[in-house]
Amino acid sequence: MGMTITEKILADHSGKKEVFPGELIFVKLDFILANDITGPLAIKEFEKIGVEKVFDNERIALIPDHSTPNKDIKSAMQSKMLREFAKRQGIEYYYEVGRVGIEHALLPEEGLVLPGDTIIGADSHTCTYGALGAFSTGVGSTDLAYAMATGEIWLKVPESIKFVYYGKLPQWVTGKDLILYTIGNIGVDGARYKAMEFTGEVIRNLPMSDRLTICNMAIEAGAKNGIIEPDEITLDYVRNRAKRDFKIYKSDEDAQYKEVYEWDVSDLEPIVAFPHLPSNIKKISEISKDIYIDQVYIGSCTNGRIEDLRIAAKILKGHKVHKDVRLIITPATPNIYMQALKEGLIEIFLEAGASITPPSCGPCLGGHLGVLAEGEKAVATTNRNFVGRMGHPKSEVYLSNPAVAAASAILGRIAAPWEVEVKE
Amino acid sequence: MIYRGKALKYGDNIDTDVIIPARYLNTTDPKELAEHCMEDLDLNFKEKVKEKDILVVGENFGCGSSREHAPIAIKASGVKCIIAKSFARIFYRNAINIGLPILEVPEAVDKINEGDELEVDFDRGIVKNLTTGESFNTFPFPPLIQEIIKKGGLINFAKERVKGGSL
Repeated sequence: MGMTITEKILADHSGKKEVFPGELIFVKLDFILANDITGPLAIKEFEKIGVEKVFDNERIALIPDHSTPNKDIKSAMQSKMLREFAKRQGIEYYYEVGRVGIEHALLPEEGLVLPGDTIIGADSHTCTYGALGAFSTGVGSTDLAYAMATGEIWLKVPESIKFVYYGKLPQWVTGKDLILYTIGNIGVDGARYKAMEFTGEVIRNLPMSDRLTICNMAIEAGAKNGIIEPDEITLDYVRNRAKRDFKIYKSDEDAQYKEVYEWDVSDLEPIVAFPHLPSNIKKISEISKDIYIDQVYIGSCTNGRIEDLRIAAKILKGHKVHKDVRLIITPATPNIYMQALKEGLIEIFLEAGASITPPSCGPCLGGHLGVLAEGEKAVATTNRNFVGRMGHPKSEVYLSNPAVAAASAILGRIAAPWEVEVKE
Repeated sequence: MIYRGKALKYGDNIDTDVIIPARYLNTTDPKELAEHCMEDLDLNFKEKVKEKDILVVGENFGCGSSREHAPIAIKASGVKCIIAKSFARIFYRNAINIGLPILEVPEAVDKINEGDELEVDFDRGIVKNLTTGESFNTFPFPPLIQEIIKKGGLINFAKERVKGGSL
């Protein structure tokens, strides 16, 4: 019987010829990571186990990206714990402020997560790396502690669901809209415990940035992992970055899927997810033109890449941010920041009246650098709009792609990209 | 393991951002986390849980972020165990790994009212509603997970592997 790409990677990493959905296995890990929120807890648990050294100091990344540059004393203590543990253990990939980026943008850029890998991270959006054709999933701190000691994790082999997208995406419609549309259709638990395999001509034509955005939000449908078979676009992306060898896996023709969804997305519009669930979606044309907003946030592990900033800049060029709106933009990594500077994007943003933050997860999870007050509404290119996600429990978050976010910043309300004149 | 207590009920898709908001994630201290557990959903949680210490919840409990601070906050607030229609996968792992007993019994949840007296038998996978006299069965955990639970979590499981020389 054929296997899916997810099953093949898991079989190969557990010393088995084949694995079956539902089977509990121990899997050898190629790379693991934690951040300044989950890392300290993982370190505490690791130190209880009774082993001296981590399993491999070149296969662990510790990334202080959530509350950095440190927002308060307690956060500073957490970062310090990460820093000291990294030194003590000789951990190769510890990133200090100034060199740190948002983990899920940084690690693919650095060539540390690769096709065919098994990866776990103490961060739910670790599923992002499935875009490279890896098995990658988010876990908690104790799982990470166990993995730091052993290089392994216990896993249940997931059933796979296949999503096939046909047609050609219209202008201003992106990977973000595809994944919001998908979550809206299957629900926030529609892929619970399962692997989401994304395929079809639309995916094949998407650049890596959109593919990373799609797999990034697999967790928002409850999935264990999202995955896209590697192709030439993947190889072009990893070839000059890869810090290790890697292996390409593909699903067999006769692989078994729990469900298959097939959608023609030629008529898809930009999608906005209303409070308070990512599945609560509306097409941009269905949204009334009187949802006034206080803040727009463009950034995060979902949409803080250079391609996202280019889209935002295209819309913002020559325009001003609405007087009642604060526009906050976060380039996800120092390299992206530098590239945006070279391309003149930062100048466009500053001239429009935006604030640029250092690379950080800050605002997305209501940590710092742009927390919402009671009753405020924000359009954000992030991944979650739960109650209180970006600040006060009575604030509201509307999730969108970068084009909708930029247009909304100019018009002061949720707006379609075509409502703004693009100035060359 | 058998737990007895009263039911405290909440709905579907309770996410980890409301279980423990990110503004409190600058600590790992269980007591401090418990102080703020569920406060964005129910300001009276802390009071209610003193009397009703078995959480009975709907679908996809614990969805969202991987923060283990969520099950830690729940456990430290005095909750004995959780019965859900379903759990989000990272929360499910985290609860097992830190030794917070959880059980998926979808058909039981709608037939339990807040305040009902419950008896939960984890070894046999049985939930009894002592108030109504109804009883519900589910599959017990697979052997590996049972072993982790019996040892009190993944770290104890790892310690024994270290002692046994297999690590």
